[in-house]
Amino acid sequence: MPEQLLKLENIYKNFGNVKVLKDVNITINKGEVVALIGDNGAGKSTLIKVITGVHTPNSGKIFFKEKEVQIKSVSQSRKMGIEAVYQERALCDQQELYRNIFAGREVTNSFGFLKIKEQRKEAERILRDYIGFTSKAITVDSQVMGLSGGEKQGVAFGRSLYFNSDLIVLDEPTMGLSIQETEKVLNFVKGLKNENKSAIFIDHNIIHVYGAADRFIILDRGEVVGEFLKDQISREELVQKMIQLHESGKIKVEA
Amino acid sequence: MLSSILNSYFVKTHRLEISITIIAIVLFLIYFFGATHVFTRFPIYRAFMQSMPFFGIIAISATFVVTLGEIDLSFPSIVGITSLTFGMLLTGTDGNFFISFALATALGMFAGLVNGLLVTKIGIPSIVATIGTLFFWRGLVNVISQGSGIAIVDEADGTWHHTIFVDKLFDTIPAQFIWFVALTGLMQWVYRYHKFGNHIHFVGDNKASAQMMGINVDRVKIIAFVQLGFFSALAGIFTMYEMLYFWPTQGSGLMLTTLAAVFVGGTSVFGGKGTVYGTFIGVLIIGSLESGIVALGLSGFYVQFINGLMITIAVTIYALIQKRKA
Repeated sequence: MPEQLLKLENIYKNFGNVKVLKDVNITINKGEVVALIGDNGAGKSTLIKVITGVHTPNSGKIFFKEKEVQIKSVSQSRKMGIEAVYQERALCDQQELYRNIFAGREVTNSFGFLKIKEQRKEAERILRDYIGFTSKAITVDSQVMGLSGGEKQGVAFGRSLYFNSDLIVLDEPTMGLSIQETEKVLNFVKGLKNENKSAIFIDHNIIHVYGAADRFIILDRGEVVGEFLKDQISREELVQKMIQLHESGKIKVEA
Repeated sequence: MLSSILNSYFVKTHRLEISITIIAIVLFLIYFFGATHVFTRFPIYRAFMQSMPFFGIIAISATFVVTLGEIDLSFPSIVGITSLTFGMLLTGTDGNFFISFALATALGMFAGLVNGLLVTKIGIPSIVATIGTLFFWRGLVNVISQGSGIAIVDEADGTWHHTIFVDKLFDTIPAQFIWFVALTGLMQWVYRYHKFGNHIHFVGDNKASAQMMGINVDRVKIIAFVQLGFFSALAGIFTMYEMLYFWPTQGSGLMLTTLAAVFVGGTSVFGGKGTVYGTFIGVLIIGSLESGIVALGLSGFYVQFINGLMITIAVTIYALIQKRKA
């Protein structure tokens, strides 16, 4: 029996009168990469924002490491060990790399002043050991602006590994990346499993998703409409399911 | 040699600060050679040190709000309402400094809190929200004061608090200038090396990213407006001690000089980047122009013209630096 890391039970989320999530139940096990797929507006982003504490659900229960929790803010979810990696919003462009790594979790003295030396030293270690940056052009004092999309993702991954997150939330991590860089990012995702980390992964590209994930959860208009282990379904079948969903609004669940 | 200096780490990371310092040095050299008889003597510098802190303190504080990518246009009226409060309390309590100071600065912080809440919780763009509060607080000053001033000569002149705020150290250096320099140092430190300053940069850079990194965006913005309210009140109190008088339009001339000092200093209106040191130099530039121009023998009609020229040149240089980086 795999060890359970995160469990969502009967999650509902409304924005005004719009029901964005309707009775969502999902489980993520330790060392498992779960892909969340579905059309625009299916509720994927809202669901992961519930997990990261950006939104609080209207009702439902969340269990993390088999304890019931309420995730009310991003800093709280980070403390618990949930870390988000976003393509577009991972880092702040005009700030230095080391500041980005520690933003929101600054190493400070008791008056709140930053321990710059310590942060820079640790950031150097992260660049070297977790990300494997060897290029001399990138230092901890570089502005993020000069990094490529893949490098930015690398920094965000390194950050999550450094802070020893158990669950990494990836929102469209390959959007707008070149083929080579996409490859790097997908390798990062696959590498998580070796560290016994879990990930939840949103991507529009089913080919990327299929390569990196162990399990697929299909969302449609706020509901979970299908769930498949990679062993149960081929890539072509998964694509077929998505096309069916798109055309008919329903997935044919065959026995 | 020269190219190795230009490519050094310090120069690369301090382009803005270096540019603004050069602009200031050139300007003061022009004063010095153009009006040697004035600028080789001390009184002109004492006059600068006396007058600059009143808007300089606010400019330093406003640098935080501008770095957020926000703006506050209401501070001239916050100066007005807090000065009025300070004057009324000081005269009403027969010179009780502590009560007057505490309540006036508390009101300043409350006014900042209102701005912060309007911007974050209601969602009004800061430029619009603070135009509203600009009129509101000035209107309240007019309603309460009925257009008349308040003299605080009896309660303030010769007191220890008067000495602390505006007396001359060794009969030469105005105390307010020492306060101004000390505050600049403190605020620069907070801006670069405190968690709050760090969060200001991240929120100003990219609000959504900052939020995803666990920074409480609303709280950072609210605190920024609150501290500007506090320093506006403080600037008002300094002015009161210097003039020993409250007048109902107090503070209303501060808007353009203060914001000009921030922008000339190199803080980006787009947010995320700035410098408190630059604002300090910006204050020296903007605050010296009027007397400097007159001392150079030009008529007062040139003041605005040259002010405009300085601002335009400075922000053009910054825009070009930014462009080269990108």
